[in-house]
This record gives sequence, C-alpha cells and structure tokens, in this order.
Amino acid sequence: MTVLAQLIAVTATMVAGGILFWFLGKNPFEVIRIIFWDPLFDENLSSYARPQLLVKAAPLILIALGLSLGFRAGIWNIGAEGQFIIGAIFGAGAGLAFYPAESAIIFPLMVFAGALGGFLWAMIPAILKTRFNTNEILVSLLLVYVAELILASMSLGLMRNPEGSGFPGSRNFRSYPSAHNAELIANTGIHWGVITTVFALAVACVLLQRHMLGYQIRLAGQAARAARFSGVNPAGLVIICLGISGSAAGLAGMFEVSGPSGQISIDFNAGYGFTAIIVAFLGRLNPIGIMFAGLLLALTYIGGELASLRLGLPSAAIQVFQGMFLFFMLATDVLVTFCLRWRSRMAI
Amino acid sequence: MAALLVLDSLTKTYPGVVANSAVSLEVGQGEIHALLGENGAGKSTLVRMIYGLVRPDSGTMTLDGAPFMPLGPQAARTAGIGMVFQHFSLFDALNVAENVALGMDATPPNLAGSIRKISTDYGLALEPDRLAGDLSAGERQRVEIVRCLLQKPRLMVMDEPTSVLAPQEADRLFQTLRRLRAEGMSILYISHRLREIRHLCDRATILRRGKVAGICIPAEESVQSIAGMVVGTQMTSPAGRVYTPGKVLLSVTQLSLGSDDPFGPSLKDVRFDLHAGEVLGIAGVAGNGQNELLAALSGEARTQPGAILMKGEPVGDRGPDHRRLRGLLAAPEERLGHAAVQDMSLTENALLTGWQGLHNRGFINWGAATSFARAVIERFDVRPPNPANAAKVMSGGNLQKFLIGREILQHPEVFVVNQPTWGVDAAAAAAIRTALLELADNGAGVVVISHDLDELMQISDNFAVLAGGQLSPVQRTSGVTAEDIGVLMGGTHATA
Repeated sequence: MTVLAQLIAVTATMVAGGILFWFLGKNPFEVIRIIFWDPLFDENLSSYARPQLLVKAAPLILIALGLSLGFRAGIWNIGAEGQFIIGAIFGAGAGLAFYPAESAIIFPLMVFAGALGGFLWAMIPAILKTRFNTNEILVSLLLVYVAELILASMSLGLMRNPEGSGFPGSRNFRSYPSAHNAELIANTGIHWGVITTVFALAVACVLLQRHMLGYQIRLAGQAARAARFSGVNPAGLVIICLGISGSAAGLAGMFEVSGPSGQISIDFNAGYGFTAIIVAFLGRLNPIGIMFAGLLLALTYIGGELASLRLGLPSAAIQVFQGMFLFFMLATDVLVTFCLRWRSRMAI
Repeated sequence: MAALLVLDSLTKTYPGVVANSAVSLEVGQGEIHALLGENGAGKSTLVRMIYGLVRPDSGTMTLDGAPFMPLGPQAARTAGIGMVFQHFSLFDALNVAENVALGMDATPPNLAGSIRKISTDYGLALEPDRLAGDLSAGERQRVEIVRCLLQKPRLMVMDEPTSVLAPQEADRLFQTLRRLRAEGMSILYISHRLREIRHLCDRATILRRGKVAGICIPAEESVQSIAGMVVGTQMTSPAGRVYTPGKVLLSVTQLSLGSDDPFGPSLKDVRFDLHAGEVLGIAGVAGNGQNELLAALSGEARTQPGAILMKGEPVGDRGPDHRRLRGLLAAPEERLGHAAVQDMSLTENALLTGWQGLHNRGFINWGAATSFARAVIERFDVRPPNPANAAKVMSGGNLQKFLIGREILQHPEVFVVNQPTWGVDAAAAAAIRTALLELADNGAGVVVISHDLDELMQISDNFAVLAGGQLSPVQRTSGVTAEDIGVLMGGTHATA
C-alpha cells in the first residue's frame, strides 16, 4: 500500500512538474530526461555528474538522518539550514585561525568545531523550548535568517580573504592543504563528508533498532504519555534530538565549506538544510529510505543545474519541483490513512 | 410483547476472526434487553451493525416489521435507533446545548428549551448553559442521553452506561430508564455488571465467542448462574484472606498537586500509609483526582520530595525510572496511549516499563525482552500468546492482563494500579484480582484505585474515598457497606 502510494507520488510529481515546465515554454519530456537521465547516463555529462551525486547527496542524507530522529519524537527542527551555516562558519573559522600553519591536527579540529557550531545553534531553540515552552519550529526557522546574516557579515568582514582584493568571501581551502576536505578517490566524489555520512547511516540504524535512545524516541513520537510513564524525560529528549540534528547539520556545513564549496561566501549554502526535510520525509524517517531519498533529490539538484544551463530553466522551478515531491508524498500518505467524502451539507 | 427489532442470523467476519456467527436476537416493544458477554464476545460488532457502522456479511434485520439495513449512523438515527456510547464525546470548552447541537443531524429551533423540557420530563437534571468541562461523569452521560432522546428514538442502545457512575447516580439512571420503558421505548443495554442487569432488564441475550450462548430472564437467575453463562465455566472468586499489616512501605503526607487537565481536580493534602501485605482500595467517582493521584505516585508528576516516602526515602521529586528501581511500580488506567503504545508489539511494550533490566549500557537486549514478554503471557494466560502482536489487536481483557502482569513479574514492593478491571471481562477481572491478592500475600503493598465498589469490597483490606481531590481517612473494609462508601463518594456530585 505505502509502496504504491510512493509510486503514485512520484508519478504525480512528474506529471505536475511536466505541466509546470510546459507552462515555462519547455518540452516537459526533455526537461525530465535532462533531470533524471542525463546526469547518470549521458556519455558527455556523466563523468562530471556522477561524482557530483555523492557530493550533493552526502550533506542531504547526513542532515536528514539527524532531523529524522527529532521528527520521529515529534520535535520539529526546521532550522537545519541555519545550523549548517553556523557549523560551516565554526569549522572554517577553526581552520583559518591556523593559516598558514600545516598540521594533521587542523582538519580534525575543524570537524569538531563544525559539529559544535551546529550543536550550539540548535541549543537556542532547545533551551527556549524546555525553559519557556516556545515553539521550536518558529525559533529554529527564524534562526536560519539570523545565521544567513552572520554568514554575510563573516564573508564581508572577519573572515574576508586579506589577499582577495576586497571581494567578499574567505580564503579558499583548496589552497590550504591541511584544512582542505579533498576528494579522497579521484572521480568518485568521495570526501570525508561522504565517509561520515556512511558512518552516520550505520549509527542511525543501530540507534533506532537496538538502543534505548532510539526506543525512547519512538515512544515519545507515538505516545507522549506512555513515554513519560516509561521514564523518558521530555526536556532531555528535546535537548538530545535538537543537539544531534544540529551537530549533524553543522558537520555537513563544515564538510561543504572546506570541500566542494571551498570558501565561506555570502550565499555558499545551497538550501541543503531545507531540502533535507524533504529527504527525511521522503525516506519515511527510516535511515535506508533516507539514503535513497537523498540520492534522488541530489539527482534533481544536478539535473536541475543541467536543465538551467541547457534550457535556461529558472532555478526556482527546480525548487518548486522538489517541493512538489514532498507535497505529493504527504498527500498520498494522508489518502492511505483517510478516505475523502464529499457531502452536500455539513451536518451540525 | 410485540417485537421491535429482530436480528436474524447475523454473521460478520473479519480477517482471522468470526466476530458474529449467526446471531439472532429480539428486542420487544417497551423492553429493556440486556446484551451480555465477555470482551471479544462480539457485543460491539453486533451493536455497530445495528447502528449502521458495520455491514453484516449475511443475515437480516427487521425493525417494526420492515426490513432494516442502515447504511450509516445517520440512516440508523432516521429509522429511530439512538446510541449512547461508553466513552463520551463532549467538548469541554463548549456548553451543554452546544455539545448537544454538535451531535445532531438537524438542530431544533429552541434547543435550550427542548433540553430543559426533556431533562425535567425524565429527571435528567441538566443546565443547558453550563460548560461540559465542569460536569461530573454522570452529568456528562445525561448530556449524551438527552442528545439521544431529542431525536425521539424507538430503540436506544447503551454501552456500559454505569461504569463511570457513583451508586446514587446509577440509581437515578435506572429510574429514568424504567420511565422510558413505561412510555414504550425499547432499550438494548450492554453491561458487565450482572447485579444491575438482574434488577433492571426484562430479558438478556448472552454472547460467547460470537455466538448466542443463551437467553434468560435475569430476575429469575442468580448473579453466579448468569456469570456462568457468560464465561462458559464456573468462575472462581478470590478466596477470603487474613490481613496482618506489616511495616509501612509507602507513606504519603501532605500531597498537593495541580492537575494537567484544565478541568481536572487538584489533589489537596492527600495522606495515607501503606503497609506490607495490605491492599488499600481507593474508591471514588471518575474525575475526582484518580489520574492525578496515580501520576503523583508513579512519578509522572513531581511533588515535594518528602510528600512521598518509599521505605523511608523521599521520592516525591523523582521520576518513574528512579521509583521503579526502588520497588514502586504503577499501572495507569488508560491502556492504549499511556500504559501501552498501540502500534508497538507486546515485546516492545514489555520494554516500556521493564527496560531497566533489559538493556546493557543502553543497548537493548531484544532476546531478553521477548523472553520477558513470553513469561508474562504464559503466567497470565494472555491470548493470543504471541509477543510479536501489536497491542492494538489485543482485546481489552488480554491486554490488561499483560500490562498488570508486566508489573507484577518485576516484583514490585509497592504496586499502584488505577482501574485494574475497567472494561475487562469477568474471567480476566477475576484473574487480575487474584494476582493482586497474591502479590499482597507475598508481602507487597497494593493500592487499587477503582470506580467499582464491588471490586474494592471484595479485595481490599482497607479503603479510602477520593472526592474532589481529597482523600478520606483510611478505614477497615470489613463492616462497611457499599451505601456508606457511596455517601462519601457523592460529595458535591451526587446532588448535582
């Protein structure tokens, strides 16, 4: 039933997306081919695009894994994008502080700083929620915009490259070997972030199936009263879930800024933190599902870039397309559980 | 007596279960007809078919001589069937009249007036302007009954109407029902309480495993003989016991606590001592602080440290996990959503309170958890005996046996249980009561919070009454009558 629903959701997205592309004056079949087929199988493109798949999917999966824990427990961290940015700033800051010293300790320090940055940023909604019962959805979301402003200020001020002739943006990590998150195996896209993501996948599987924390998260999500009766501390769970998802997002940001993106710049964040929410739900909050969903949405990123390059498709159209995925997914979910009935008159 | 509703060999199967197998039943004009049976005997399915919520696979229904097969509750209501459900569906923040209007297909022009008229006509005292949240359980039920009567039904179906009522409130309900019968209305009455069925009902149909097991005139039978028909075998009641109090295990002093529920009562200066080997019954009408008291004792709600002393140690500010390790265990009233999670398996639900002994540095020992669930299932004869079954597929009685057994097999020194046999069939109820007595015999202290006075009279050594969040002084049970307790329970509610 749910597999069928997922197929229906994918088909509906294709149809609605096709209509959207058609209205934009493009041939819908061509656009969909460029998004889903060419990056993987086109002879000229795939050598560039295939490695990109892991580069784009890794942060999505890593963030989504963190988010899925909280989502299962009914704790809604919508601000992964902000934690991603702050993690990147902390990680980049830790590396740049040592410039130009070379040492093997610098990169691990940056990893730690990145996770810490995301963690601390997520602690703001966590503590406000546990202390003052604020809504973590609003607080975490609004903190994204604060984080974006901090990012802009960093790339214009504190972290600006002194040798960059006044252009905004930090030094490029590609020219700083000790701090560079380089591709580990040529032409695969595999960097430390990908390896961390694989590790996180394994940890998430074990956590959810074998560990008390995973059990308590499921309890809290399915029956809050039963969780409290069992002895779960609701405030503690909020701190843990937001802490884990914040750290994961911070790590993703750090790996992104020190590798594929290369530098702190005003808008280096590519919306991974928001897309990861789609990935988490598309993967049904299940680690393996999230892995596939992350790869699928990474494909739409790459294919979308390609489509805008080749056909001049606006990049917003791709975001709408990704949003449609989530919409149809949730819509079919509702229809699996509930039945629509039209009534001529509301009975009071 | 002319027949109003005739059911002829109704059959309804669900995957794996025959809920009703060729059930025939006849409700006469102006008759109060009892429908009896254990949990899972098929009563709800039968009633749901009459009310149009479920369609039978085969068989026919005839209402007043004409074929009757409602496609939905609205069709059933139009045909003259009214239903008063076991669980009330009232919005606390709306007043009585608004709540009544919400449940009706068409609102009559002067609703408040109609409500007043019906309530005075039938002795169902009710103020249309009061907020539903301020009503007692008995008053809430009156709202449901008035809503039902406003539609002028010919047949009213009532599912366990007295399970939440104080004795005095129940007596008033019976007067109303007798009056309705005198006016020619028929009532199909579902209850577990055999005593009241003997007094009230003209005839009874007994269901057992989806089939009609017998029809009798309750007034001509004894409670024991009816119970025998319901269960299919002779029931064994827990034997009388000698109570010799041991040392104080649990001491509650000056326990005061606000309620989570905006309409719930606050606990005020509750105090009692519980001794080893003692069964302390706490009586009271639903909504008088039972849930709050259980939460305070289980550790879900925190109080002053010294308000609760477990074997001398202050635990009032500690959580459920800490208290469990000290031997203080609890079982709340609500099974699904509080004591158990409906979509989780019995093994996962066993972990819910048993987890402290079933993990190794945070890693769950699923093998041990399954064995624990199996042990509970075996010891308490839970059916079907499969630990992989989800809690939601279990019948109320079997799930309750599992949930009580889950705590008992953790060897509590003090066990607090709220409504141990609520909505549970007679055989399971007897098993649960026996287990509680056994626990006390082995030196534990047991607190039983219950609406069921018969149950408390039967198993408790001492009792107290919870009314409006206050606990009466503890007294010996022997020599007290149900009527005495009823007066204590009434407090503010019996006269409302």
